[in-house]
Amino acid sequence: MSNSITEPTPRQKWVAGILVVGYALVTILPLIWILTTGFKTPADAIAYPPKVIFEPSLEGYVNLFTTRTRQTQEFLAAHPPQTWYEEIVRKYDMVIVGPSRYGERFLNSVIIGFGSTFLSVFLGTLAAYAFSRFKVPLKDDLLFFILSTRMMPPIAVAIPIFLMFRSLGLSDTHLGMILLYTAVNISLAVWLLKGFIDEIPREYEEAALIDGYTRFQAFYKVVLPQAATGIASTAIFCLIFAWNEYAFAALLTSGTAQTAPPFIPTIIGVGGQDWPAVAAGATVFLVPVMVFTIILRKHLLRGITFGAVRK
Amino acid sequence: MSEVALRNVSKWFGRTLAVDNVTLSIPDGAFVVLLGPTGAGKTTVLRLISGLERSDAGDILIDGRSVAADTPARRNVAMVFQQYSLYPHLSVRDNLAFPLRSPILRTPEDEIARKIRHIAEVLHIEHKLDNRATELSGGEMQRVSIGRALVREPAIYLMDEPLSSLDAKLRAELRVELKRIQSDLGATVLYVTHDQIEAMTMATHVGVLDQGRLVQFGSPREIYEAPVSLYVAGRLGLPRINTLPAEIFAGAPKGARTIGLRPEHIETGAGRSTKVMRVEHLGDQTRLHLRLDGHDIVTLRNGGREPEPGETIEIHPRNPLYFDASGQRIA
Repeated sequence: MSNSITEPTPRQKWVAGILVVGYALVTILPLIWILTTGFKTPADAIAYPPKVIFEPSLEGYVNLFTTRTRQTQEFLAAHPPQTWYEEIVRKYDMVIVGPSRYGERFLNSVIIGFGSTFLSVFLGTLAAYAFSRFKVPLKDDLLFFILSTRMMPPIAVAIPIFLMFRSLGLSDTHLGMILLYTAVNISLAVWLLKGFIDEIPREYEEAALIDGYTRFQAFYKVVLPQAATGIASTAIFCLIFAWNEYAFAALLTSGTAQTAPPFIPTIIGVGGQDWPAVAAGATVFLVPVMVFTIILRKHLLRGITFGAVRK
Repeated sequence: MSEVALRNVSKWFGRTLAVDNVTLSIPDGAFVVLLGPTGAGKTTVLRLISGLERSDAGDILIDGRSVAADTPARRNVAMVFQQYSLYPHLSVRDNLAFPLRSPILRTPEDEIARKIRHIAEVLHIEHKLDNRATELSGGEMQRVSIGRALVREPAIYLMDEPLSSLDAKLRAELRVELKRIQSDLGATVLYVTHDQIEAMTMATHVGVLDQGRLVQFGSPREIYEAPVSLYVAGRLGLPRINTLPAEIFAGAPKGARTIGLRPEHIETGAGRSTKVMRVEHLGDQTRLHLRLDGHDIVTLRNGGREPEPGETIEIHPRNPLYFDASGQRIA
């Protein structure tokens, strides 16, 4: 069978395949290491040479979600373990005294991450539509100004923001963190979405206007469905930034609104070098972004909306 | 259906005057075709009536009511775009239902279903109703796009070269169909085209635009037989009208600078000698390319023996059109 010249030969496909798989392995290795460490015992986790084959244990996850104290033998004998996870901590003469703070930190991350993503994408879509369709005075300057907020590392303005947040009472609040991440993400959102909306021909809206709809209805019924691809990918970018952000979270939150990233490293200080608990915390932390990306993946398939206007 | 009128309408785009003081009345049930080259303002006139553009001067009336301040939705017009502009995220059925579901019309679903069935039948797209709009061929898309206008009963249908992107066979079919639908419905239509056959066969009135000005408005016959200027005369007629210096034939009226000769204005057998340069057989007609004093003339052979290239034949004008130095017709 002969190939067309634009199609790679089987040999080229093999080489490309090996390169891609090799690269994927390199990048995924740290992730696999974290995943496996989460299921090791603390002793296995720091073993040298590193253990690749090990007996799986849920100790890391139990430690992640609980707080424990050491008890006397008399106390332990008087209170036999009731559940499988109490059994696990008994090995170290400990009892579970309550849940850890991981759950609430994780919930903070969800509220702040998704809250700021929603706000960025919502405001970004409206702004991008306006920039794309209307005559905005000083449009180019405004767009440049919006982008310029990303030209320095955000942490460069950490001190002014810290002071502002303190005097406005936004320190360590969910609202404060949502506003902050929205402010950082919105420039990206406006620029990305403007590109997507620019590509949607105006004829669709004009047709909708004549078909009896108002401009906002035309935007909602015709532009939004076609911008779904752009909105989905923008949302993923925004969420990943807000979800993983560490520096501002460490600086501006300490208690009620602390997100998971600054919290996870502190796990290590509770009762020795508990690497499995840290790894378990990181693993659980990955899940929402993965789920979110998978849900939105079908919108990332471009091409379904193209081709109904003759250019 | 209603009467639509433009009164002294002008529109600027930056420093360009796209529509220049146009006054035009489209009677109820008329099929008005706008002719003119690219940039003459044909599409802008449609967009002004639809409300997609606001005029800078003048007034637009639908049924005697000024709509200049109305949004497109409130003007109750339907438009077929040159680009199909089907909503790509909707099925054919939903595309057709889209105007009916608008907050202005709010048609009950059973009536929507009935109307769509009817229109789909007329346009031969019944079997495509559940396809996505993007899964259609160009001809089908354009038919859906026409259907999206026809499901409504607007004051006027505005059509911007709706058939220009179709192949010749489909264009001919749809042309006949459109005309039939228009006369059945008694619909008022304003139609932009470059195509002479569309203009001649469909129009009850033809308007000719030149650089934003409406230079002549009348029946297709009037525009063809009695053009007011050289420019208008050049809009219709295939082969195009031949323009020669007026003095090339005897008998030009005073002040005439140019003589306009359509093929039927050229009689053979007597008069000035011309050389036959080329003979073209188009099947239904035979074109003769003649040369007279360094000017090219294209005419049709009307009976008699077919001349050979290189031969000399005599021609003289019969009821030709005469134009003055500014291109205005004087006789």
